[in-house]
Amino acid sequence: MTIVATMEDSIPETAAPPRPRRAVARHDRLALTLLAPSLVFLILFTYWPIAQVVLQSVTIETFGTKAVTHGAGNFVRLFEDASFAKAVGNNLIYAVGTLVPSIGLALFLAVGLQEATRLNAVLRTIVFFPVLIPLVAAAALFLFVFLPGIGLLDHYLGRLGFAQTNWLGDPDVALASLIGLTVWKNAAYYMLFFIAGLQAIPRDLYEAARLEGASAPQRFTRVTLPLLGPTLAFVAVIALVNVVTQVDHVVVLTKGGPSDATNLVLYYIYQQAHENYDAGKAAAATVVSLAALITLSVLSLRTLERAVHYEA
Amino acid sequence: MASMLPSAPRRLETGRLVTIALLALVALVWSTPLAWMITASIRPQGFGGLGMASLVPDFVPTLANFAEALDSADFARLYLNTAIVCAGILAVQLVTITLAGWAFARLEFRGRGLFFYAFLLQLMLVPPILIVPNLVTITKLGLYDTLAAVMAPYFASAFGVFLMRQTFRTIPRDFEEAAVVEGARWWQVIVHVLVPLARPGLLAFAIVSVVSHWNEFLWPLMVISSTENQTLTIGLASFTRGAESASQWGVIAAGTFLVAAPLMTAFALFQRQFVNSFLFSGVK
Repeated sequence: MTIVATMEDSIPETAAPPRPRRAVARHDRLALTLLAPSLVFLILFTYWPIAQVVLQSVTIETFGTKAVTHGAGNFVRLFEDASFAKAVGNNLIYAVGTLVPSIGLALFLAVGLQEATRLNAVLRTIVFFPVLIPLVAAAALFLFVFLPGIGLLDHYLGRLGFAQTNWLGDPDVALASLIGLTVWKNAAYYMLFFIAGLQAIPRDLYEAARLEGASAPQRFTRVTLPLLGPTLAFVAVIALVNVVTQVDHVVVLTKGGPSDATNLVLYYIYQQAHENYDAGKAAAATVVSLAALITLSVLSLRTLERAVHYEA
Repeated sequence: MASMLPSAPRRLETGRLVTIALLALVALVWSTPLAWMITASIRPQGFGGLGMASLVPDFVPTLANFAEALDSADFARLYLNTAIVCAGILAVQLVTITLAGWAFARLEFRGRGLFFYAFLLQLMLVPPILIVPNLVTITKLGLYDTLAAVMAPYFASAFGVFLMRQTFRTIPRDFEEAAVVEGARWWQVIVHVLVPLARPGLLAFAIVSVVSHWNEFLWPLMVISSTENQTLTIGLASFTRGAESASQWGVIAAGTFLVAAPLMTAFALFQRQFVNSFLFSGVK
């Protein structure tokens, strides 16, 4: 609700195009009828679960009895759990580790492939295929990519003289391996937004910069990057949401291991709920994730609104 | 200035070449796992572990891996379930997003701003993060282990609503007003006037919706327990587990190909449409 309060001033911007301020006919009942089908499902599967998980997180059930008390016990247990701390830490590393290379690479691909030549079209298609396959399918393929000794990575790196690596079994490497998979899967998706952003930059700005004697790198940092700012912020938000909400590859490849090296918060929640049947802890961890996402939403509301206005 | 001119084109040339080389390198690395998938899926099975990573098709292609993959999981059932899930979600979504999108695009009403942000909330608090409480709701509704459980949390789509709002705003009001003058009711206006004009927006949304639910995994994994209700991704995961322990990499490649092929084919055929949809899709 804080979102509504703080953003009240920007509503006119998102409402219908300005028209003369005569008494506009209101359609309260019709509007409610039209919104009702969506609202029913939003209530059932977004608002109610949020309320319910908050309630569950402060409800303490004692095993074997029907007695129920309320308190911060679940949160205390959650924060004392070394696995949760590890999952949060991993998630932060995973966030930075995937965001920086995938956005950098996406930007490079967009600038390099922005002109619609035939070669560029082929290259774009090639790098875009990973975006379309399910994360589970990508993970299934990467089982072999990461296979020690005979897998794709070791086979070809071995030819270049590198030693074997236990990509998923070594706790120091496993998270980096998952980061590699995520970058492979998502970079081209972000590239699309940058290509669209680049096309919106007027050509004559580059011409002007060229006439002023700006080199190609200068044109990139002085013209391209500043004008891509909004796209960049927007892509960063989507990438962050992906980091918090996608753990399919963890399920298939590592199950959070070895020794929690690849456990991410959502997988931790899944484990607590589905394997340990610890509803209280799962709820408390969900509340923490929700708080993180809501903070992110408030910080990025401007960006989100722009996203909503995105017209391709 | 003048003295710089002769060298400038040459430097440009080198820079361009380096860029092309780097792009080619990225494309090569990016395509390798999928190229391996295709090669390994048609490689004869007794091919020896050490050569498994080879991308050179130096063998007589065989469909044995596909035969074994199709044999070890009920792919017909998995395809059917996934198709039902995607179609079911999309069908309901098209109704909910068209109605709400039109309300936000055209109507003045009390609490408009509040409703707007209430919808916006779902863009960030996406269903995957709510798997724990949603599982409770699904169980209470008696939907556990049904395809309806896989679909239900997605019937309302904030992203779709905002996309339709944008689409409707690009349509001049004159069309609706003309229909109203001729005595059409609001639902007739929507069905006969707006939906046909909003087809590009609806199509863009449909592609994004189908792709994301075709690929979905964690939520179906939570709510499905019996084999006959599994979707493709769940089937692939359990099938992979079995084949991995037997080191049947060719069979895994074939199974992955079967799961990924429909969308990859659709993309190859309708590339422009897909790209436009994904641009719309920023926030799912």
